[in-house]
Amino acid sequence: MIELASAAYSYGGGDILTDLNLRLAPGSFHFLTGPSGSGKTTLLRLCYMQLLPSAGNVRIFGNNVHEMTRDEVATTRRRIGIVHQDCQFLDHLSLTDNIALPLDVAGRDAEAEMGNLKELLSWVGLSAQANALPPQLSGGERQRAALARAVIMSPDVIIADEPTGNVDWEMGLRLLKLLVELNKMGKTILIATHDLNLIRNAKSQISARVLRIHNRRLQLAGADL
Amino acid sequence: MKALLEMLRVLLSGDQKADRVVPPSGFTARLTVFTAGAMAFLAVFSLALALATGRLADRWSAELARTATVRISAPDGQMQAQSQAVLRVLETTPGIKSARVLTDAEQRKLLEPWFGPDLPVDTLPIPRLIEVVETQDGPDIEGLRLRLSAEAPGAIFDDHTRWRRPLIDAASRLRLLAAFSIALIALSTGAMITLAANAALAANATVISVLRLVGARDTYIARAFVRRFTIRAFLGATVGTLAALLGVILLPSAAEEGAFLTGLGFRGWHWILPLLIPFLAGIVAFWSTRAAAFRTLKGLT
Repeated sequence: MIELASAAYSYGGGDILTDLNLRLAPGSFHFLTGPSGSGKTTLLRLCYMQLLPSAGNVRIFGNNVHEMTRDEVATTRRRIGIVHQDCQFLDHLSLTDNIALPLDVAGRDAEAEMGNLKELLSWVGLSAQANALPPQLSGGERQRAALARAVIMSPDVIIADEPTGNVDWEMGLRLLKLLVELNKMGKTILIATHDLNLIRNAKSQISARVLRIHNRRLQLAGADL
Repeated sequence: MKALLEMLRVLLSGDQKADRVVPPSGFTARLTVFTAGAMAFLAVFSLALALATGRLADRWSAELARTATVRISAPDGQMQAQSQAVLRVLETTPGIKSARVLTDAEQRKLLEPWFGPDLPVDTLPIPRLIEVVETQDGPDIEGLRLRLSAEAPGAIFDDHTRWRRPLIDAASRLRLLAAFSIALIALSTGAMITLAANAALAANATVISVLRLVGARDTYIARAFVRRFTIRAFLGATVGTLAALLGVILLPSAAEEGAFLTGLGFRGWHWILPLLIPFLAGIVAFWSTRAAAFRTLKGLT
């Protein structure tokens, strides 16, 4: 699905990440951990082509990111569901419209898929907030809405950046449960988090690999997790 | 070509989904409408100026081209004979419609601005003038000059070329300046709309970023901005054009003598030309916004 081979990312002459090797197999569940500022978000951005590697290769669904056109990047992103730490909604659109946005930009008829949309809102527990504007939602609701938007296109891969960063423990577990359910449906999941308790909880439910960024390199986390 | 037709189809039919993803903007909308309106207003008057100077140049050219003067400078005793000889030559020359000797009163009137009303024309050695009216085709000038020099050595044929040329040149320059003004107006409109589009794109950087991340192609994002700015420019230019046309209609009507300023208007099918200005403004806005949008999007991943 997503493969990094000796990939590196530099900015302003300094290495942010170096010698990254990673292969996300279909249906796998990965956690990415590391201290704040270690480069977790940067690595995720390499995985959904918001950044391009300054060295090495990144292949998404078999395609080298350096060889993709802008249109190919756009269509490839439709196969990747992204949950940002700050969610990023269009504040002037309702929650339903925000969640349906990937359908709209892909030229699919959101009206025709309203049944799925309602089901999805119910799945993330936001049926009552369907017509609310994003600024009217709480942190947890925004995170769940972001997850709903990420999965509306039934993507092959879901990448989440600190999805539980702004919510309480209970809401974090609820979000994790949703991600675990998606993984059980065959989706490939990559989650960046510094919440070790969340990782431990997930490992008790599914088989997940835990990766850690240390000294700008990616490594498999030890038995302490 | 296919892509362009598709863009036009979407532009005309509209795409509600693409339109609503960009929040309604305040000042860029008003700026675009005002700029397009003001520029269209100026363009109508430049167009009127270009057409009026074109008509003026044509009229001066046609009127002066159909008249000429023969000037006879001869000793007193030979003036009458040479005048008669010149008239005979002119009467038998193809391309000459009529020729007549100006009377003393007419000559005095011509000289009055310089010498006053009491000039004794009959006592002064003033050349005799013969007014010549040519047919549409006109005479063979060189042949006529040769015949005149043979029949009346003191006669000089003046076809007004040295007067006509600067006048026509001046009118042509004015027409060129007016056309240049229209081009400048179009470029300024493009520049202003580009600035407004860039401001709108910068103000909606987050929206664009979100759209890119959920898989929107550049054409989808650009379309929302392009359609909005094209429609605004078209509407603004329509209002500006109508206001300017009203101004032109309210101008005093042209006098028969063709006074230049009162002749600043449209005639006949020329009235169609200003009606094209809103469409041109729309086209300028379409390409300016499209270029600005794609330039901005290219800088984003």
